[in-house]
Amino acid sequence: MTLEARELTVRFGGVAALTGVSFVVAPGTVTSLIGPNGAGKTTAFNVITGFQRPTQGTVSHDGQPITGWRPHRIAARGLVRTFQKTSVFPGLTVRENVLTGLHLRGRVGVVAALLTRGRVREEERRLGAEADRVIDFVGLGARRHDAAPALSYGDQRLLELAVALAAKPRLLLLDEPASGMTASEKRAVAALISKIREEGITVFLVEHDMRLVMGISDRVLVLNYGRLIADGDPAAVQRDPEVIRAYLGSGAHADA
Amino acid sequence: MSRIALGLGLIVIVTAPLWVWNPYHLHTLIMAGIFAVLALSLNLLLGYTGQLSLGHAAFFGIGAYATALLTVKLEWSPWIGLLASAVLPAAAGFVIGRLALKLRGAYFVLLTISFAGCVSLVSVNWMDLTNGPLGIPGVPSVEIALPGLAAVSLRTKAAYYYLVLGSVALSYLVCLALIRSRVGRALVALRENETLAAAVGIDATHYLVLAALISAGMAGFAGGLYAHYTRFVSPEVFLFTYTVTMVIMVVAGGKGTLAGPVVGAVLFTVLPEALRAATSWQWQMLLYGVLLIGVLFFMPEGIVPAMRRRWRAS
Repeated sequence: MTLEARELTVRFGGVAALTGVSFVVAPGTVTSLIGPNGAGKTTAFNVITGFQRPTQGTVSHDGQPITGWRPHRIAARGLVRTFQKTSVFPGLTVRENVLTGLHLRGRVGVVAALLTRGRVREEERRLGAEADRVIDFVGLGARRHDAAPALSYGDQRLLELAVALAAKPRLLLLDEPASGMTASEKRAVAALISKIREEGITVFLVEHDMRLVMGISDRVLVLNYGRLIADGDPAAVQRDPEVIRAYLGSGAHADA
Repeated sequence: MSRIALGLGLIVIVTAPLWVWNPYHLHTLIMAGIFAVLALSLNLLLGYTGQLSLGHAAFFGIGAYATALLTVKLEWSPWIGLLASAVLPAAAGFVIGRLALKLRGAYFVLLTISFAGCVSLVSVNWMDLTNGPLGIPGVPSVEIALPGLAAVSLRTKAAYYYLVLGSVALSYLVCLALIRSRVGRALVALRENETLAAAVGIDATHYLVLAALISAGMAGFAGGLYAHYTRFVSPEVFLFTYTVTMVIMVVAGGKGTLAGPVVGAVLFTVLPEALRAATSWQWQMLLYGVLLIGVLFFMPEGIVPAMRRRWRAS
């Protein structure tokens, strides 16, 4: 279950968001993608998850090319993402949100829904139990029946994570899951990401918080102006002079 | 308490033909039932997937013409006609859903309006098939033929009332079964956040097509019921007013709820008739408008959700 991007290029008119970017996300790792604002991190996520077609290049998963697949099909393959801006189902409760995220784990189609009460009931019971498990996993057990917009910002981000986890990811792509959070909330998210990895889910992370990234990543990729400028373990990347220059500005310390 | 109220309500509804002596009142109730099916059908799209179809009269009309043509020109059984009045519009709904691929919001509205416009023009101009503006008279009434028994005609209003009532119940149950399953959650996900829905593996096109197909089938079936009730079908069935009335019923009743469209359908079928009886025609439409604005102003989310909230608060 290796994700491999090869020579990805995305151009919007004359602007190149990504230029010839290649990388690999190895199974069982936490891999982070960092870079200054506008470096192309979210574009890379959009290309991998099918929300943006690359101008050139390919994405493959387990050797299967998935370039140009529609997002829902990529999700069904086990590549599930979250979004940079908080994205939940606003009209639903926490539990309903997670139940909706469980879509891929259900089987009932229209015909079964209309004609078989028993099968639907059995599936609803199973999905309900799974929803509760996911809610408890992210620590929102006490908010189960609250409307999503009633949650604090930090809890909404956790709900997003729960919805994504519900979709049974093999590779979870998190787009700045800790942005705008307090220090203690960030620690909780970091702990949660480690817990997710322990469940056997590969994590691909876009994040600005260096302490968070360096603390939990096995591998760090650095983008700048749409080009990959570094790729290695956190310590090596932190020492890389080009990363320090491009990402943190010349003269700054890597742990700033 | 609410269970007793529900039971009493059901008794009142089921026994209506026994104590509603005035045929005109019974006629109003039958029309309310037909509109309830229509409102439930529109609600599936508008209330659950969040897409407004302003072409719903087209599905209603196709359903009416389908059974009228089959039963009058080919002399098929009205039951097969009624079946066709659901199947043909459902096929049309499927096509609309496929065409809508990435069209949402205003663009979806425009697509459905254009579709209704085209179908309406065909009904007026394809003289050989539809008889044009003259319409198709003599649509046969529905009969129930049980083996070994004489055929029972549903020609009387009282009998037809039960056919319509059964249809409302069936439509309601179809919607209920969908909403309570994973399919219903997928529809709601499209309304709430289509991007996130795709990210967790929900195929938007599949579910939008599905909703359009079922919704159109139900609307068409209501058209079939209407055709066998009035026993005359003309291009009037495509009037935009029908669509607007459906939208009013769904929105004022409470979109995205199952009871809302039914309550809206009964209220906004009975209300104009009650106003007609109470005042002169000049005042009738004016009062209707004022009442509608009042409902939307004080209960913007619809009557049923507003009542529920009050019930819970008390």
